[in-house]
Amino acid sequence: MSALLVVLGAVLGAPLRYLTDRAVQSRHGTPFPWGTFTVNVVGSFTLGLLFAAGTAHGLSPRVMTFAGTGFCGALTTFSTFGYETVRLIEQRARFWAVANVVASVAAGLGAAFCGALVGQAI
Amino acid sequence: MADQQPTDPDVDLGVPAQRREVGRTPWPVLGAIALGGALGALGRYGIGYAFPASATGFPWATFVINVSGCLLIGVLMVLNDRFWSGRRLVRPFLGTGVLGGYTTFSTYVVDIQRLAQGGAAATALAYLAVSVLVGLAAVAVGVGLTRLAVGRLGGAAS
Repeated sequence: MSALLVVLGAVLGAPLRYLTDRAVQSRHGTPFPWGTFTVNVVGSFTLGLLFAAGTAHGLSPRVMTFAGTGFCGALTTFSTFGYETVRLIEQRARFWAVANVVASVAAGLGAAFCGALVGQAI
Repeated sequence: MADQQPTDPDVDLGVPAQRREVGRTPWPVLGAIALGGALGALGRYGIGYAFPASATGFPWATFVINVSGCLLIGVLMVLNDRFWSGRRLVRPFLGTGVLGGYTTFSTYVVDIQRLAQGGAAATALAYLAVSVLVGLAAVAVGVGLTRLAVGRLGGAAS
């Protein structure tokens, strides 16, 4: 049952990451990987919210497995984040590489924190 | 060779064929990503289930998942560039789908937050830094070793 919930969440999350990346990347011309940045920040906010709501109000483990492990896990990606950063270093765009790491981690943590505040409040 | 590979493994708008993809819905690509994402997420779920993280301990399962995913995407992107560039669904299935579904940024971030709030600030900071540094090194090792292997193969074939 849990495995099925993970699959259902991922079947939604992974294509949504691709569509978001495509939509965001087609709207700017900088070397910064805004598409991956966007899905990672949105996914961090959502997981932060789910985790806090679960701790504060006792969320069903099924919701956490579907939305947290399945959806948020598949919506966000560490491998593409890593690959894009290494490609920026190879292309001698070191500023953008460092900016990508610092901004992704900082914005991700900020988003998770904001998500947690919302999760506790609702 | 280095500059022929795209920065973004999901969608590279420097490639005319992929630029044309934007604007219409590529159902076969979305299907390949959904299937791959489900397989990758199941792998991550299985590893997390087998090695559950403790409240204040270093999240080893997610660390190993993210670092191995980084290594594999480095391998994949070089192999894709060399052997599968004409195949439209290989990279969406394996890169965007399987590896994207397998690795996770949201759990990485929320685990850092959870550790910091749980009084394990040093572990949180170590996990934050080590994941990024080892992950980036893993991508570079995957790309470098595969380029070396593919180069030798090319030399032997010609």
